[in-house]
Amino acid sequence: MSASSDVGYHAQRQARWHYGEAAFWLVVLACGFLFPTRYLIMTDILRLALFAMSLDLILGYAGIVSLGHAAFFGVGAYAAGLLALHGIVNEPVLALVVAGLAAMVLGFATSFLVIRGVDLTRLMVTLGIALLLEALAERFSNITGGTDGLQGIEMQPILGEIPFDMFGKAGFFYSLAVLFVLFLFARRVVHSPFGLSLRAIKNNPLRAAAIGIPVNRRLIAIYTLAAFYAGIAGALFTQTTAIASLDVFAFERSADLMLVLVIGGTGYLYGGLIGAVLFRLLQEVFSTITPQYWQFWIGLVLVVIVLVGRQRLHRWMLYVPNLIIKQVAGRKAVVAVPESDS
Amino acid sequence: MTIALETQNLEKQFGGLRVTRDLSLKIEQGARHALIGPNGAGKTTVINQLTGVLKPNSGRILLEGQDITDLPVHKRVLRGLSRTFQINQLYPDLTPLETIGLAVSERLGHGGDWWRRMGTRSDVNGEIADLLTRFHLLDVMNEQTVTLPYGKQRLLEIAVAIAAKPRVLLLDEPAAGVPESERHDILAVVGSLPRDVTVLLIEHDMDLVFSFADRISVLVSGALLTEGPPEQVARDPQVKAVYLGEEAVNV
Repeated sequence: MSASSDVGYHAQRQARWHYGEAAFWLVVLACGFLFPTRYLIMTDILRLALFAMSLDLILGYAGIVSLGHAAFFGVGAYAAGLLALHGIVNEPVLALVVAGLAAMVLGFATSFLVIRGVDLTRLMVTLGIALLLEALAERFSNITGGTDGLQGIEMQPILGEIPFDMFGKAGFFYSLAVLFVLFLFARRVVHSPFGLSLRAIKNNPLRAAAIGIPVNRRLIAIYTLAAFYAGIAGALFTQTTAIASLDVFAFERSADLMLVLVIGGTGYLYGGLIGAVLFRLLQEVFSTITPQYWQFWIGLVLVVIVLVGRQRLHRWMLYVPNLIIKQVAGRKAVVAVPESDS
Repeated sequence: MTIALETQNLEKQFGGLRVTRDLSLKIEQGARHALIGPNGAGKTTVINQLTGVLKPNSGRILLEGQDITDLPVHKRVLRGLSRTFQINQLYPDLTPLETIGLAVSERLGHGGDWWRRMGTRSDVNGEIADLLTRFHLLDVMNEQTVTLPYGKQRLLEIAVAIAAKPRVLLLDEPAAGVPESERHDILAVVGSLPRDVTVLLIEHDMDLVFSFADRISVLVSGALLTEGPPEQVARDPQVKAVYLGEEAVNV
């Protein structure tokens, strides 16, 4: 093999599908048939997974920390709710795209604020934007329904064919299809030169600029795309639950998302998916054992992961996830919390 | 002779400290020009202004006659001005293959491609393979950069700068920190740069400077002390006094 084709082969190493990945998606699909009584919680996990994947795009690949990702989730959620409520766009898939675009516009507009600062500034700016939107949604209650939220949303059948059922079966498969399509898209993007340049920027913005990468433009692009993803996640929330209330903007939602990625790991796309599953399972387990204090235990797990974690947890406690990741991503996986504060 | 890179009355202050004082340099096309000076003379600050990391307070910078003073870093690179760093500035998590691949992609204008997979363009692959071979990195191309030995990282640092196919290359202490056993590779690579590439070398190692450069500028406290061919600079009593001190220089 010549050096050139050798290079081509190795350059595409990560972009190729691995058996582990196919297995992962088959298991997810199988869950839809194995647990017909658990559609609601599983749909919830899928939404969270999509939302976390959105944060992973900016955090795991481009190194942008955010404590206000719920801003885009919320805009998507309200947009989908309003579109359905007022019959502007009745067909859910189309409405989903429109809601995603609404969040995308907000993402593009706010990206200019976000790229300016470094980590701490970014945390504050993103947090501020989400709080601002929450306050606006409360203030303009004539549009958003205020603290009551949007009431009486009735979803039309998906593609005019498949109605949402009361067991959430349609909602689950609909969400799964959306997640999978968006995952494929993200997977394609992160293995492109553009995606690689994001990792370069995260690793070393100084050098990234020194080889001709327009750093700011790339960050704006990925932030905007991530906003679109988060908006879709929010819209799915409204469409599958038929409610949109102020808590879509809540700080907890953004913070939970960080936890999901801390648990699942960043920068290989599956972190959000695996993290979402583990996070919800932990929540379930803890709230069964101690209904009142489950948050305490979640908090404790987080503190342990963050403090003890970094070096040691990665080696032993996350030994199994790392094995999976190695299978799934085909590379030495690093289940890592944001690089910036390590 | 045409001038590849020029500064006109460059001036940079950090607070009250003048780190670049009225600096006017002319670097001829194809030159092997060295910028030397004692520690704290402001050499790296000059490089940072040339590449756009820092903005000068006043003065202009011309690349092949065109004013680039206000261009951002990445645009200067696309115009043919590339650099290496005194302290390696690499991507710890990326492999040499990815690092060089990215630099080549950016230069050829494919860096913004968000749909086409990395590694599917044969022209890009060919160039990557060339560079990896030339810089003895082929055998480690899939290793994470952070795991590479320092000498290899240093080679990668230079390879990345070369991947931008610069017409003017700024080398900021290319051999700094490289163990004696691995020095040879670095010096060979620096020596084998094509003659049409203009090189500005910043270096502490006098052996390297005097074996490599055909012209030397001496910077002291941010201002140009003297400039000329190596023999002349080596004999200059002022230079001996402020910079070379008691150190013996063999030309």
